[in-house]
Amino acid sequence: MQTEQWLYIGVFLVLAPLLPAAAILIPRLIAPRKPNKIKQDTYECGMETVGETWIQFRVQYYIFALVFLIFDVELVFLYPWAVAFDVLPMFAVLEGVLFVAILIAGLVYAWRKGALEWR
Amino acid sequence: MNLSNASASLNAILPLVVVILWACALLLVDLFITKERKGLTALLAAIGMLASLIITLARLDLEAVVFNGMVTVDGFSNFLTVLFLGSGIVAVALSYDYLKRMGLEKGEYYVLLLFTVSGMMLMAVASDLIVVFLALELLSIPLYVLAGIATPRLDSEESSLKYFLLGSFSTGIVVYGIALVFGATGTTSLAGIVDAITAGSAGMGLLVAGAAMLLIGLGFKVALVPFHMWTPDVYQGAPSSVTAFMAIGAKAAGFAAILRIFIQAFPALSVDLTPVLWVLAALTMILGNVVAIAQRNIKRLLAYSSIANAGYILLALVPYGQSDVAADSVASALFYLLAYAFTSFTAWSVVIALEQVEGKGLELEDYAGLSRRYPILALTMTVAMLSFTGVPPTLGFLGKFYVFRTLLEGGFPGLAVIGVVTSLISAYYYLRVVVYMYMREGEPQAIRDPWLYIAATASAICLVVLGIFSQPLFAWASQAMLH
Repeated sequence: MQTEQWLYIGVFLVLAPLLPAAAILIPRLIAPRKPNKIKQDTYECGMETVGETWIQFRVQYYIFALVFLIFDVELVFLYPWAVAFDVLPMFAVLEGVLFVAILIAGLVYAWRKGALEWR
Repeated sequence: MNLSNASASLNAILPLVVVILWACALLLVDLFITKERKGLTALLAAIGMLASLIITLARLDLEAVVFNGMVTVDGFSNFLTVLFLGSGIVAVALSYDYLKRMGLEKGEYYVLLLFTVSGMMLMAVASDLIVVFLALELLSIPLYVLAGIATPRLDSEESSLKYFLLGSFSTGIVVYGIALVFGATGTTSLAGIVDAITAGSAGMGLLVAGAAMLLIGLGFKVALVPFHMWTPDVYQGAPSSVTAFMAIGAKAAGFAAILRIFIQAFPALSVDLTPVLWVLAALTMILGNVVAIAQRNIKRLLAYSSIANAGYILLALVPYGQSDVAADSVASALFYLLAYAFTSFTAWSVVIALEQVEGKGLELEDYAGLSRRYPILALTMTVAMLSFTGVPPTLGFLGKFYVFRTLLEGGFPGLAVIGVVTSLISAYYYLRVVVYMYMREGEPQAIRDPWLYIAATASAICLVVLGIFSQPLFAWASQAMLH
């Protein structure tokens, strides 16, 4: 039993490097090659950049993102809680309320500190 | 888990709940306290911890295993909870005037202090490795921020970053250790680990590796050699009031975890681990004390002294595997922690009284002539230095005495000799401070803040008085048995 489980890992260890190696090697052998300027550009998603990429940007974006992220993640947790709300025991309901209360306290703090003011 | 046993569980850790709720409330209340009146925040923080302390003291005999065995309230945790809350209150007293002088007054300071104290209290009751990890993070993260609270002062930022990087690295090692222990035994509960070992179902090699990684990770937190490199820089760069608290609270919490995990879960591994502990303790005492001799800056000197003291506390743990010594092991470690806390606070409050803006007033030369102009400060510092050295009748002497006695009971005379010899070495640099204060001429500058003086003199008096009448204190530490 024990050795069998290790065997699986051994098999995966062998397979894991083989698959990407094949995915890289096979196209290199059989694919036609017609390079042009656009193809050889360093890939950059979206628009081509204008000017320097090493510019300063407003650190306030960061705070907004942070506050947003907290509530974004909160939603993920609250969704199953809300769906199962009618069958939840009191304990779980209180736990959910506590969770929201802690986040609201955080929001009030950020608000009073002026993190939501755009300056 | 349902509502009724949840409330029973919460009731068992009521002091902890009070501190956490108080911290959350204080964070919001502080928003409405104007910048000139941050003293009110300090006062409120102290009141919160005092309330929690009173609850703890009112039910010192409480013993309970709650949260499905993840949390154990017993004599051990009650003793440490009192130590942490007491340290927190003293830290507020040390901080208030210091922060005002250094221009660092921020309400968050006290909130973070409350959070880190709650992490330490959780560490004292943790009887599951997951809770240990949770407590470790809860106590560390506010400390990383506190170390850097003097931003934009560069040394404070540097200290914060160093502490954060090495601290999170060591937390990573702790998590790896927990994973290995879980892999070996299939459980993270300390009682479950013991069951798995006695049932013979544990993979012993993996378990020893896991225990060793836990020791390394927690060794970082309490600054054992060779995991101490961060200590001098962090202690020097952080604001002194933070350092004072860090040197006591974080170390005591780290040792709380080490003591509980090793004595409760790993006595069966003592054959493998005792030699490791032996070497770690010896290295820590030797390096801490020898390198401290070369220090001219008082904060660095106390940092190396705190490393050396970690070695002395670890001495108590070396014979932990012998079931007849384990009780003395816990008692002497707790007693030493208490003695160390009193001594450290005495020394640090004098350091804080002498520190000037821009990190001035921290060299040994700045202490020259202190006895003329500030006889009380000089006297309290002398008491602290004598207690660090281990001169009777101070508490520091008894701390060392009990630790060495535990060591001899366990049959490690060689290590005890190393401990005594390094103590003698330490006398050189501790007494040098006294020589500077009493026998050199100088013009020292110190502030006269009532709270600081009360903290300094009260803990100095405690060092002597409790040193003379130590019996009830040691009896209390002896009752703080682990289950």
